[in-house]
Amino acid sequence: MSSLATTTTLAEAAAPLDGRRPMSPLDGHHPVAPLLERIRAGRDFGANVYSTLDVLRVLYNRILRVSPDTVDDPERDRFLLSKGHAVAGYYAVLAAKGFIPLAWLDDQGGPTSRLGDHPDRLLVPGVEIGSGSLGHGLGLGVGTALGLRAQDLLDPRVYVLLGDAELDEGSNHEAIAYAGVTGLANLTAIVVDNSSATHGWPGGVAARFTVNGWTAATVDGRDQEALHRALTGHDNHRPHVVVAVVDSGE
Amino acid sequence: MRDTFIDTTTALLAEDPRTALVLADISAAAFAPAAARHPDRVLNVGIREQLMVGVAGGLALTGLRPIVHSYAPFLVERAYEQLKLDLDHQGAGAVLVSVGASYDRAAAGRTHLSPADVALIDTLHDWAVHVPGHPAEVAGLLRAAVGTDTSAYLRLSVLHNDRTRGGDGALQLVRDAGPGAALLVAVGPTLDAALAGVTDLPVTVAYTNRPRPFDVAGLRALAGRDVILVEPYLAGTSSRVVTAALADRAHRLLTLGVGRQELRRYGSADDHTRWHGLDAAGLRRSVADFLSPALV
Repeated sequence: MSSLATTTTLAEAAAPLDGRRPMSPLDGHHPVAPLLERIRAGRDFGANVYSTLDVLRVLYNRILRVSPDTVDDPERDRFLLSKGHAVAGYYAVLAAKGFIPLAWLDDQGGPTSRLGDHPDRLLVPGVEIGSGSLGHGLGLGVGTALGLRAQDLLDPRVYVLLGDAELDEGSNHEAIAYAGVTGLANLTAIVVDNSSATHGWPGGVAARFTVNGWTAATVDGRDQEALHRALTGHDNHRPHVVVAVVDSGE
Repeated sequence: MRDTFIDTTTALLAEDPRTALVLADISAAAFAPAAARHPDRVLNVGIREQLMVGVAGGLALTGLRPIVHSYAPFLVERAYEQLKLDLDHQGAGAVLVSVGASYDRAAAGRTHLSPADVALIDTLHDWAVHVPGHPAEVAGLLRAAVGTDTSAYLRLSVLHNDRTRGGDGALQLVRDAGPGAALLVAVGPTLDAALAGVTDLPVTVAYTNRPRPFDVAGLRALAGRDVILVEPYLAGTSSRVVTAALADRAHRLLTLGVGRQELRRYGSADDHTRWHGLDAAGLRRSVADFLSPALV
């Protein structure tokens, strides 16, 4: 079921595959399955749409302190989707949680739609950043974490979701190094690792973070209990990374 | 200008808890006292310009008002996509303050030259661009920019005019050559050379330190048929604005500024001013050529 994913297929993956083989179809019993089907509208999704779903479900069901009523509350947790192409599952979860109307799911990318192939924070309630060009979310997340700290907003936490191929972008490593050495304790990065980085990460993704002073947990990205443990594993002194490993090409 | 910027920013950090400063090592030593007083709002990310602008975007998303500072080529050119996406696309505003305008650091060579900065900023939507012509203009421009929520670019230079013109960015009439005279608009530190260059020519001279938004109404009030733009960055950067402002009138436009060619010469900023024809003699030659049909 796996195929070799490249950055090209990653970049294309939010869009329909136009006849190419679908990968890893969602279990029909998955709670957001009907919503995802509305977005899919008969098209085939790339596998990474499905690979982030468990992470998104754990985050929105059990971790993030944010609701449709608190999207502008300074005390809310922030979730920044940096790999903006993993958008279909994101929209489905936002709809399931009431951030956006279900009817929006029926017209992704249409001329009057607020839901593009990448999310726009000015168009979609609950979306913290507009993303799509890889390598922007973690820098914005570092700035958000610093801004919260500077205003004594010490309870909210900033979560940034990236992909292992996205880590190719050097901007991430500026953010990883700085956040680690300054002990930016209210920041969690989540890297969905589907082994799609063209040249790989010898020694593992987590090592890029831990060498800079982050705490890290590497877990099965489809195991929701393991994800929950990892996502609550920060020590409040250092930034934390959760590497969610899914099948290659997922 | 840099000293005034440092003093004013240090004061703003003390006055307004919304103000934050993001640095990438440049000027970090000068801001050390401010950093000691406001460690959570004076943030030096090291030599990481992409992160510098990304952090500014994140700070703005939490409600702070970031000032972002470095050398112009590193602030604007290296981090251009961050300006476009981490600020504009997020609906987040910041005040960018550069040093090292155009060829201020001539001896440092091409890596530290940045004549294209204003043209690049001009590709973004709704930014204000301030180009002070004298150190005494910096504090007011900076305070006004920080006092809004939109994005602004403040371009500091080692070159300046002999005296401040102040003002709010509207075109100021500096020399009135009477009805029908050509209008020369000098931006920022180009004014003194422009005035000296046209002293014996029938040219009205106006000054602005705010090329964006350009004072269109002032231009239309002062312009006749012939318009000359003198800008301390890429020649022609403001030509589209002037052309659009005068679209309903027959007019001629001469745009003077820094050339696109890489000269591969060191020397001083004054040398480069001369080589780009922006000294008084060079400007006189260009303006006289432009007006020569009318002078005959």
